[in-house]
Amino acid sequence: MNSIFDLKIRMHRFLKILPVLAIIWSSNAFAVGIGQPAPAFERVPLMGGEPIELKDYLGQVVYLDFWASWCGPCRQAMPLMNSMYQELSGQGFTVLAVNLDAYVDEALRFIKQHPVQYPMVRDTGGVLPELYGLTGMPTAYLIDRNGKVRYIHHGFKRSDVVRIRHAVESLLAESQYKTDH
Amino acid sequence: MGEVMKYIICVVTSVFLLTLSSGCAIKKVEAWERGDLARTEMAFEPDAQQAAYRSHVYFSKEASSGGASAGGGGCGCN
Repeated sequence: MNSIFDLKIRMHRFLKILPVLAIIWSSNAFAVGIGQPAPAFERVPLMGGEPIELKDYLGQVVYLDFWASWCGPCRQAMPLMNSMYQELSGQGFTVLAVNLDAYVDEALRFIKQHPVQYPMVRDTGGVLPELYGLTGMPTAYLIDRNGKVRYIHHGFKRSDVVRIRHAVESLLAESQYKTDH
Repeated sequence: MGEVMKYIICVVTSVFLLTLSSGCAIKKVEAWERGDLARTEMAFEPDAQQAAYRSHVYFSKEASSGGASAGGGGCGCN
């Protein structure tokens, strides 16, 4: 009888937590939030070469931009972010773009037509977007000199450049990364 | 024993319903997986501008009977 009673209690508990489990399952519970360290990764550049690690940019302000050639706003953002990169890279700012195209040819074709100077890596299988908890395209994470996500930019329209630039400049003005951290 | 059966039925039913509801969408199409959906040939109208123009002409002609919407019988002006 005791075991039946235990079973009843267990079932009761299970039924109580069932809605919570359903919510956790359906929502993106693992999204990177503001103030959290940017998840580390290492990826091969889109144009080939030595793998690039996010930690290589520790000490710099990084605009981690997820893009794909089929995404209109991403294409609109790239030349604008390229000019911001050219202007501010001397102050410790970089754009690190992560390409998410399913077909690499399409990404390469686009980048040949619209070249950018900043580094670009490729991710397949949705590993990085899942790690960062992307909800839309494009999404960019502004990472400070200490490797923490400080600003998340969802979508893109031309006028957003002002806001992004303001965020970048305020992070550039912050103190340099200290090695004893 | 009757109560235990009730609980078992309850759990089995909830698991069954959850499975059914998740079966409607086996896997959500994520934002980064929409490359194929973004292709021109996947659009209802390949030329959005022409589609808007046609829709406007149709609506202007058929405004008194409601055009593309359900309502009608108005002044017919558009």
